[in-house]
Amino acid sequence: MNPAAVIGVGQTKYDSKRRDVSMPGLIREAIDKALIQSGVDWEDVDAVILGKAPDMFEGVMMPELFLADSIGAYNKPLLRVHTAGSVGGSTAIMAATHITSGQYKCVLTVSFEKQSESNATWALSPKYPYTPHINAGAGGYFAPYMREYIRRSAAPEHIGWKVAVKDRLNANLNPLAHLQIPNIDLEMVKSTPMLWEPLRYLESCPSSDGACALIIASSDIAKGKNAAWIKGMSVRSEGTLSAGRDEVNPLAGQLCAKDIYNQAGICDPLKEIDCAEIYVPFSWYEPMWLENLGFAEKNKGWMFTDQGRTEISGDIPVNMSGGVLSSNPIGASGMIRFGEAALQVMGEAGNHQVDGAKIAMGHAYGGAAQFFAMWIVAQEI
Amino acid sequence: MKRIGLVGYAQNRIKSDAGSANEVELIMPVVHQVLSDTNLKQEDIDFTCSGSCDYLQGAAFAFVEGLNAIQTYPPIKESHVEMDAAWALYESYLRILSGEAEIALIYGFGKSSPGNLDQIMTLQLDPYYVAPLWPDRVNLAALQANSMLQAGKLLREEMFEAVCAAAQNAKTNPNTLNMIVPTLEEYLASEMISSPLTKFDCAPISDGASAIIIASEAACKKFDLEPVWIEKIGHQVDSGNFGFRDLTLVKPVSELIKKLSLDIQKIDFIETHTQFSHEVVLMAKILNRPIPQINLSGGPLAGNVMMAAGLDAIGHAYKILRDKNSVSALAHASSGPCLQHNLLACLRSHR
Amino acid sequence: MDSFKEKDYFESLISLDYTYTAGAATSRFLEAIAEGKLIGQQCPKCGAVYVPPRGSCPRDGVPTSEEVLLRDKGCIESFTVVHIPIPGNPIEPPFVSAMIRLDGSHISFLHLIQEVPLENIRIGMRVQAVWKPEDEWTTSLENIKWFKPSGEPDVNPESLRFNPK
Repeated sequence: MNPAAVIGVGQTKYDSKRRDVSMPGLIREAIDKALIQSGVDWEDVDAVILGKAPDMFEGVMMPELFLADSIGAYNKPLLRVHTAGSVGGSTAIMAATHITSGQYKCVLTVSFEKQSESNATWALSPKYPYTPHINAGAGGYFAPYMREYIRRSAAPEHIGWKVAVKDRLNANLNPLAHLQIPNIDLEMVKSTPMLWEPLRYLESCPSSDGACALIIASSDIAKGKNAAWIKGMSVRSEGTLSAGRDEVNPLAGQLCAKDIYNQAGICDPLKEIDCAEIYVPFSWYEPMWLENLGFAEKNKGWMFTDQGRTEISGDIPVNMSGGVLSSNPIGASGMIRFGEAALQVMGEAGNHQVDGAKIAMGHAYGGAAQFFAMWIVAQEI
Repeated sequence: MKRIGLVGYAQNRIKSDAGSANEVELIMPVVHQVLSDTNLKQEDIDFTCSGSCDYLQGAAFAFVEGLNAIQTYPPIKESHVEMDAAWALYESYLRILSGEAEIALIYGFGKSSPGNLDQIMTLQLDPYYVAPLWPDRVNLAALQANSMLQAGKLLREEMFEAVCAAAQNAKTNPNTLNMIVPTLEEYLASEMISSPLTKFDCAPISDGASAIIIASEAACKKFDLEPVWIEKIGHQVDSGNFGFRDLTLVKPVSELIKKLSLDIQKIDFIETHTQFSHEVVLMAKILNRPIPQINLSGGPLAGNVMMAAGLDAIGHAYKILRDKNSVSALAHASSGPCLQHNLLACLRSHR
Repeated sequence: MDSFKEKDYFESLISLDYTYTAGAATSRFLEAIAEGKLIGQQCPKCGAVYVPPRGSCPRDGVPTSEEVLLRDKGCIESFTVVHIPIPGNPIEPPFVSAMIRLDGSHISFLHLIQEVPLENIRIGMRVQAVWKPEDEWTTSLENIKWFKPSGEPDVNPESLRFNPK
């Protein structure tokens, strides 16, 4: 396998409605920043790989076709990946595979969502006439599993609020994050309306517009540049309604993590990984994923949160950028996790930088907690 | 470079309306068929990739349904492109080259009968300037056909020839729809949907699914599989702005032929993803072939499963090489209006 | 220039009509429920019974053809108290939506819980379907208005774990 590295990361300012730009404009905001950081230019880009979630979020079908020119794909190979919520991650992996296959030297990958252009709640609640319409919104689907986690682990009620506070305080250090709530605290979160028990309003992700772009290159190009080397990457999927699924601690997530640790030569993720950007759209998913990914033992993930271990100053910082809880352009969120992990080991994470981060994890999930995409990036090749 | 070949292909019998059968019920038979033909199990498959379109199915995340047709326990390495499955094959090809997989299962599926395909395709267009005018699938294709007519690069007689050739060739493929073929007089006199295209010039509304398995040379030896090698494969997209393009050309195809160093003259068979008669003529001229020699399977004019027709072109090319005594074939897949995005795969028999 | 800024977007409505098909398996389920019966389908390989059936077992990737008649009783596998109204549904929040595991089946489906104080609802609680009057039955899971407690002792959630045959 040919080594691949991220040499540029670009992100837009995330906001509920980016009415100041068109879709191409939004995407270029991220692409241009990534190109500038990478030091390569358009003629060096061999292929473009676009990722985004359902087209109903913008009302444009197969948008790679109309975007071809503006994203620099004209006369080049162009792919568009769609794996629901994990798409940003699986797109980054597909892009990296272009390099590891040896067929390409430098690729541009970008993921975006401009969900203000359509109606996100409507798009997230596909309704077939022969199924009863009982659920509204993604949170309603995931809340029962959070409740089951709480039952299994006997975790105290305030853990979810703690995650919500931590991620939004981190977002205050990230000028690009959508939600900026400077004086957020446990009391504030607790006082917001309950949406789907146990989840309160401020424990839920926002709906955002935004894009994230990465330049991924071969060792010829990346050597000598500030780069985040991809040491392990993988995907795993489970069927939605497969009998025996544990949606609280999905097997696909566990196996995907084991796969990337194996590739990266990591035996003890807690000790060896310096920080992680993981896909937490609803507060309780932080402790749940800490267990799923093998950082914490079963039913003990919530203790990490409680003890402050997932703070930027802790021993396993999680979602230093503010995470999905602070910015959630659905199609881009996975790539933002992967890109933020890269920025950490490149030392380019600004005010939310973890000191001395050498190895970081990027994680994304989608669908009914059934699609997983993860990678490990490192400072050294 | 690692050699990768096609080892199996299955296509569901194309229906103009699959009735109450849903996508999962269309996918299962072809996946089972292709696994059974190769004597492989899902556990032997290292990577699964599919191509489909949410808007075609009429619901966001619709592709997730398709995954229920596959064995996902234990959890599988899987991905999806919101494009024709020919691109899912390309993605799988890169995965095998990278060493991440040795065998990949690819499937594409689509039901065009539930919705209004012509209108659905309009949503592919620039939402700010073009889509609000609602030019549909046939209008746009007609733009290209008319450009060719005006430039003297196309005759209606040639379009008719493509229609007849499709019907004639389709007789060898039991999975195609029954084509009604008019006489030349009937054709020239028939009502135009969008000039110069009549109903005979347009691929029919089709429902179906197809599956392919590709494998590395090492896997072929290990599992005793007979490959048809993918000798060369590449893809390229043209501008999304019609005004910027010369619609009488398919630039990506001409450039891919050069980039991949394809010796077109030496290719024995050609299968193209051409959904309108003038597109067949256009490809025939670029590839320097008489029209009846394009699409021995009948091609999309005889049955056009959206999101699988490009994969079918590759599958049919594979089948021809596997079953006949010939050496090489070229498969073409396309996406977007007026052949905007194109993929070429050059296949070679292992004999 | 100010009025130019005010209108930086316009709404362009897209309307597309689709004829949805439930698929052969779901159609069987809906035909049966129109007669007050709940039918699952069993996987020939692992033995899991799926309700509502979709025609395949995603665990094994094979068609499920054998029909299994199920009782309209089960237990709550997980639930949430919803505080947001559902567009078009008259039910008033807060209400409980739960994943119901019918006896004899191996996956759960979403439905409502009523006729019990919210604080008494728990995982493992045994429930019974409450049907609409027979003359209102159609081909829809909505023939069941909701599930209510059956009064029987709770199920141990651990027993819901699936063991393939």
